[in-house]
Amino acid sequence: MVTPERVVRTTCPYCGVGCTLDLHLQGDLIYRVTSPFDSPVNHGNLCVKGRFGYDFIYNPQRVTVPLIRKTPPTPGHRTPAADLSEWREASWEEALDYVADRLTAIYQRDGSDAMAIYCCAKATNEDNYLAQKLYRSLFRTNNVDHCTRLCHAGSVVALLKSLGTSAQSNTAAEVIKNDVFIITGSNTSENHPIIALQMKAAVRDHGAKLIVIDPRRIELCDFATLWLPLKPGTNVVVFSAMAHVIVKEELVNTEFVEARTEGFQEYIRSLDKFTPEYAEAVSGVDRNLIIEAARMYATAKNGAIYWGMGISQLSTGTASALGLIHLALLTGHIGREGTGLNPLRGQNNVQGASDAGAMPFHYPGYMEVDKEENARQWEQAWNVEPGGLSRKRGLTTTEILSNARPGGIRALYIMGENPMMTEPNLNVTRHHMEQLEFLVAQDIFINESGAYADVFLPAAAWAEKDGTFTNTDRRVQRVRAALAPRGQARPDREILCDLARRIEARLGRPAARTAGWDYAGPEAIFREMANVATMLKGVTYARIDRLGLQYPVPDENHPGTPFLFSETFPSGKGRFFPLEHVPAAELPDDEYPFILTTGRLLEHWHGGTLTRHSQLDELYPEARVDVHELDAARLGFKSGDVVRVRSRRGQVVLRLNVSPKTSPGVVFIPMHFAEAAVNLLTIDVLDPQAKIPEFKACAVTIEVARVEDLPNPEALTNRGRY
Amino acid sequence: MADVTLTIDGQPVTVPAGTTLLKAAAQLGTAIPTICYHEHCTANGLCRMCVVEVEGQRLLQPACLVPAAEGLRVQTRSERVARSRRTIGEMLAASVDLSQAPELQAQLADYGADPERFPEAERRARPVIDDNPMYVRDYAKCILCWRCVQVCAEDAQYTFALSFDGRGYNTQIGTFFEKPLPETACVFCGQCVGVCPTNALKPKREWLLEQGQTPDEIMAQTRSGRRRKRG
Repeated sequence: MVTPERVVRTTCPYCGVGCTLDLHLQGDLIYRVTSPFDSPVNHGNLCVKGRFGYDFIYNPQRVTVPLIRKTPPTPGHRTPAADLSEWREASWEEALDYVADRLTAIYQRDGSDAMAIYCCAKATNEDNYLAQKLYRSLFRTNNVDHCTRLCHAGSVVALLKSLGTSAQSNTAAEVIKNDVFIITGSNTSENHPIIALQMKAAVRDHGAKLIVIDPRRIELCDFATLWLPLKPGTNVVVFSAMAHVIVKEELVNTEFVEARTEGFQEYIRSLDKFTPEYAEAVSGVDRNLIIEAARMYATAKNGAIYWGMGISQLSTGTASALGLIHLALLTGHIGREGTGLNPLRGQNNVQGASDAGAMPFHYPGYMEVDKEENARQWEQAWNVEPGGLSRKRGLTTTEILSNARPGGIRALYIMGENPMMTEPNLNVTRHHMEQLEFLVAQDIFINESGAYADVFLPAAAWAEKDGTFTNTDRRVQRVRAALAPRGQARPDREILCDLARRIEARLGRPAARTAGWDYAGPEAIFREMANVATMLKGVTYARIDRLGLQYPVPDENHPGTPFLFSETFPSGKGRFFPLEHVPAAELPDDEYPFILTTGRLLEHWHGGTLTRHSQLDELYPEARVDVHELDAARLGFKSGDVVRVRSRRGQVVLRLNVSPKTSPGVVFIPMHFAEAAVNLLTIDVLDPQAKIPEFKACAVTIEVARVEDLPNPEALTNRGRY
Repeated sequence: MADVTLTIDGQPVTVPAGTTLLKAAAQLGTAIPTICYHEHCTANGLCRMCVVEVEGQRLLQPACLVPAAEGLRVQTRSERVARSRRTIGEMLAASVDLSQAPELQAQLADYGADPERFPEAERRARPVIDDNPMYVRDYAKCILCWRCVQVCAEDAQYTFALSFDGRGYNTQIGTFFEKPLPETACVFCGQCVGVCPTNALKPKREWLLEQGQTPDEIMAQTRSGRRRKRG
């Protein structure tokens, strides 16, 4: 029997639920993961990724030595390194000096607008704080963003516009206090598995009614009272038709609307056209289902809404999220326990990275960069001369790469992200990458994007460093080093500080004007951030040693905030905005008759850098396209057939899966598999307000292909799970 | 809910009606041994280790299930109770491999159980099932506490991949039609591994360590040799 040499408590590195983990180790080997049953987040339950998916840290393909490309790529001709033979090993000294030299030279030649960094929603709050501090204080640019732009930007912009803040309003575990709840655009069982368990318990043990509004027949439909199978890209119509019914049947919470909202009169005039009949014609959802869903939600005692990427990843992402916000404002299902507007955040620390200022419009704590007093505060904190920080909003994730060209972005620093998997229409992304003059990748593996880099800096993995993550319900939790970094890998925060000192020296900034890169440890970094970002002021490592705290935590005696908006919204009143139906940019036609929607699988994570280097890949080794049985029968396909899926932009070859999980006319491909990268097919149109791409709807066609065309014919999925 | 007062081992205790005898005893600091009971699972009273003697009741009562009631007089460690627990432990030890169940072994010692009392008993011997990359199932160590079945069902996961079949001595935990786990509804959450009291279910890596592989050897196996092609 194996007994642990040590057990280290930490937080899961995968999704935004933020489960508590106890890592059991012998030497450097984590051989068992458990979770305490008294964890308020996950009550001892874990999913396959949290319990078994940590082994990527040991993968032999992990890079643990700094690497420099043997032949420096030239702008316009940058190509991905095929394998390790195109790199040479370097010392940390050499690699960091080289990066500092090149970045400084480009900055001094082309100025702030040539510089940009992708921060990382997988890294800690402290790492992200330092990354944005480095670019803002040294290169004087706000070209700082991360993958939140590709996931919940639509939700964030809508919530900021209407309510004045963007985080999830209520605690996820409060779902058992709902009596009616809506899940829309979220396959919660696969993407937030532990929240899904609480949702199932809410239905089965606590009598709640569930309404699923989703083009896919997700597992939670088995627990739902109503399922509204809408066509991808028709959210606004369905939500507005529900609002139409609520207004017409006088189910509006007038007391709440009068006291807490504004813009109502103008808004209800805009609802006239959104009749259930019109919504049925546009979305394909039976009008009676829309009426019933509206009544059920509006007459609930405690109603809540949970949503995912199916809302935000559209060119109408902001409008879709506003449609949901309107429903909560009309019915007053917000500001109380067991209610709320809950965008389920994807990454373990996407909330924290956003909080820490890894965004082009905001300093840490959501302080807008174009407000003078905010810039002043951070100039003081970072010892920057008055007027030194840029007051100009930076470029967003997608804009940074699309501006890679002479006169635009010249140098890009990628910390732990993988745009060559996660950007829409990768065919074009590749050309943007080619244009870069200098590219740094800081990661644990050389992924599809890192292969393009000039320099690879090996970072410590999550189990090898200390810091904090902030989960989807705003809970700041500790992350602890369980083992020493493999090889020469170093924690991101140390790499960034070492690099910053070098750049500061090259910029000739006098020691008296240093922004400060000598920290006693991660908590000192957190303290520096929390002293200005006041919502975190009361969070100390000592207070979150055993149990996280949900911000806002304004002082050290404050117990944290399980739910928001009990008295007021940060913007004062909640605002209604009249909406219009705008169809998806690309609709199916004779040539491309199916709507393709993309998403994730239980066993994998996003661009695949982690899970495809884990035993998780053995459980689910290949991409498959889900096709409804009616479509499959019509085209003569059966499960396992090899097909080519083609859009106007690209094509992939993969096996087909006849699936009850999708609806007629809609096909689904997961985003994790580089060998059948679905983002070769997706369309690069953006939501005009949030700049989030339309990953959830484009038109494709399906053709017969040969087994020999498969990138990995021997990879076969034989799984019985739904 | 109204409070009730009862007597446990001669000590009076007042608890809300509906509180189990197990929790009422805990309030007095009296620990009652349990095997199948888990704080976060539905109590079934299967193992009978937690039985207590309730005055006026013909049979011993499972403390994990029986609610406290006004005026009950409960003995948690009478001779009859101790004999029952001792025998349960001896019968389990006779048929199941308890070598990785330290809590159970401590209970056996506590009640003076003789693991060799039934030398003729047929031991439950099944080969280790290693049918997936995540965890192994060694049912020779299974005492049929049902925790794994319950967390796979309505105590946590609502997946219903595990069940039990057979009758009496032949009862066993498994998948429907004994299918390999990947082909069942299993989502590999491992909640079952998390609640197993005897290490019948354990992570594959832990099992490999037991088999004598070194940490370095195990780490080197992370993911198969399958290389993904880059576009």
